[in-house]
Amino acid sequence: MLERGVVEGRVSEDLMRETLKTKEIWINMGPQHPSTHGVLRLVLALEGERIVDTEVVIGYLHRGMEKLAESLTYPQFLPYTDRLDYISSNAMNFGYVLAMEKLMGIEVPERAQYIRVMMAELTRISSHLVWLATHALDIGAMTVFLYCFRDREAILDLFEMVCGARLTTTYFRIGGVANDLPEGFIEQAREFCKVFPKKAKDYDDLILKNRMWLSRTVNVAKISAEDGLNLGLSGPSIRGSGVYWDIRKDEPYSNYDKLDWEIAVESGCDVYARYLVRLKEMRESCKIVSQCLDILEKTNGPVMGKVPKVIRPPEGEVYASVEAPKGELGFYIVSDGSPKPYRLKIRAPSFANLISLPVMIKGHLVADVIAAIGSIDVVLGEVDR
Amino acid sequence: MGQELVIAIIKMIVVFALALLVVAYLTYLERKIIGHMQLRLGPMRVGPHGLLQPIADGLKLFVKEDIVPREADKWTYYFAPVFDLVCALVLLAVIPFSYHFMVTRLNIGVLYILSIASVGSIAILLAGWASGSKYPILGGLRSAAQMFSYEIFLGFSIIGVLMISGSLDLVKIVEAQSRVWNIVYQPVAFVIYIIAALGELKRIPFDLPEAENELVAGHHTEYSGFKFAYFFLAEYAHMIIISCMAVILFLGGWKGPVLPGIVWFLIKICAFFYFFIWVRGTFPRYRYDQFMAIGWKIMLPVVLANIVATGVVMRLV
Repeated sequence: MLERGVVEGRVSEDLMRETLKTKEIWINMGPQHPSTHGVLRLVLALEGERIVDTEVVIGYLHRGMEKLAESLTYPQFLPYTDRLDYISSNAMNFGYVLAMEKLMGIEVPERAQYIRVMMAELTRISSHLVWLATHALDIGAMTVFLYCFRDREAILDLFEMVCGARLTTTYFRIGGVANDLPEGFIEQAREFCKVFPKKAKDYDDLILKNRMWLSRTVNVAKISAEDGLNLGLSGPSIRGSGVYWDIRKDEPYSNYDKLDWEIAVESGCDVYARYLVRLKEMRESCKIVSQCLDILEKTNGPVMGKVPKVIRPPEGEVYASVEAPKGELGFYIVSDGSPKPYRLKIRAPSFANLISLPVMIKGHLVADVIAAIGSIDVVLGEVDR
Repeated sequence: MGQELVIAIIKMIVVFALALLVVAYLTYLERKIIGHMQLRLGPMRVGPHGLLQPIADGLKLFVKEDIVPREADKWTYYFAPVFDLVCALVLLAVIPFSYHFMVTRLNIGVLYILSIASVGSIAILLAGWASGSKYPILGGLRSAAQMFSYEIFLGFSIIGVLMISGSLDLVKIVEAQSRVWNIVYQPVAFVIYIIAALGELKRIPFDLPEAENELVAGHHTEYSGFKFAYFFLAEYAHMIIISCMAVILFLGGWKGPVLPGIVWFLIKICAFFYFFIWVRGTFPRYRYDQFMAIGWKIMLPVVLANIVATGVVMRLV
């Protein structure tokens, strides 16, 4: 019996199971757990510390947004979109107003377009800063967390200048933006663009080449481009698997095609690759913001297009998507000609990305689950809606 | 005889009371230093610059509800934290803070410290097991494996020093460093000692048993109130012991010019605390299997080679 079980000098796992009667343990991770980023719940089947099976349980933050939309008028639903991915509300607004404009054929003034792009990119930086902060904290690098939050404050200050709110901004409107940029905004934003690359170097100094960071992220939670695409992975997470796909480039909306920037792509497929992608994206976003500022400084004009008093889109349906910080955010709206949507479906990037998690972490250790969750950057407000 | 006993008891009380006070303020120091490293102020509210914070924390833990999980093995559950703290504190008995100031002088001090420290890790295993919950078991198993293996490297890294000084008596070891500190003869052993100490202390980058982002809090997840405080105090007491050992074995103990011995000793220990806190502010955490691999595949061969090299050199010189 022993001979059968011995493979290359080691006792095979089959034999171990027969003779030792091991049993996997199931542990519950979340919904109250320090690193499941909100109320995500994972049920893990462990063999020792190795994961054999994962079940993702969601719904702890479900607010029924899609159903709520059916009883609200179109402009009334706008503030609700802020609460999807609550750390990048401008990007959420963007997706919704874009869909509405497409449905109603509204022209948005040039200046409003640039303001939107700039705000969306600032939002991307702030969202990625929160991601880097929590991701690093999960892996144990506590100082990065506070550095990132320091710099995010500067962005939130800018948001506050523009619309008075720091988190749930509701700054975009169907047809434009709520108001023009206030005095002093451009200078302050420019200052931010100037110092941000230097500050970003602080994070790199702490972890970019750190051996411990590398050993925790390289070759961890891999997902191939094919698997990722099949599972609907999008955004920085799929670009970490070497897929050139960014809605801002592939289906340009607003003014992205008039600006000079690059898609960040890495081919490592692992946590480290996704980390590098987001780092680069932050810098590219900073570039976009500077370009927008240049244009906004020189030009002037209205920030609101011609929009009817009562928004009553024609009968029909529309799908519009934007590259939100987490991935492809899509709004599918069916209109029956009344002031309220007949049906509104949100394609939330975090929700789609979360489906890849069990594939990524199979066979890894418990510690890697944390790294993997961090690397796909989920926000539960968006997952559960 | 009676007089000696009284003196011994006074010494004990002084050392333990001081140790507990130092431990309490060590938490304050850690929070302050790491706070300033991370662009914040640390505790500020209780007392001037938050100086009374440790006392407030202690009081809070005292008045907290004492919860015992239903599944817990009650006796073991109560026993583990006490055992852990006792094991940590009795180590202080043999530490010579200066030539005259120590509770007792033991001619096998090093051996005593190593053996009691290993017994201490059993407390953590017990705590993990007795909680009757899954996260503490994982944490307890992790720490058992970690502490048992890192004690080996810790022990081996000291051997070179013992060979040079030819004694297990901590006072004699310090006296042997009158002219040159052992760190000069044993730099490799010193580095290994520091790494093993970080592992033994369960601090970042090796804080795997209580990696709060993975296992919530490791073996003391289910503990609350003062039982939790016991673990906490034990942990910081261990930090003191490990620093004391490093100072005695490698940095010449209380030796130093001008200032009295005990001051030098405290300065050296503070430098160590600062180092540990600094490391925590800088590094991420290793994964459990990587951590074990570092220990067995890198540190063990290096430390064994160091012993051989020391032996050869001593033979030749």
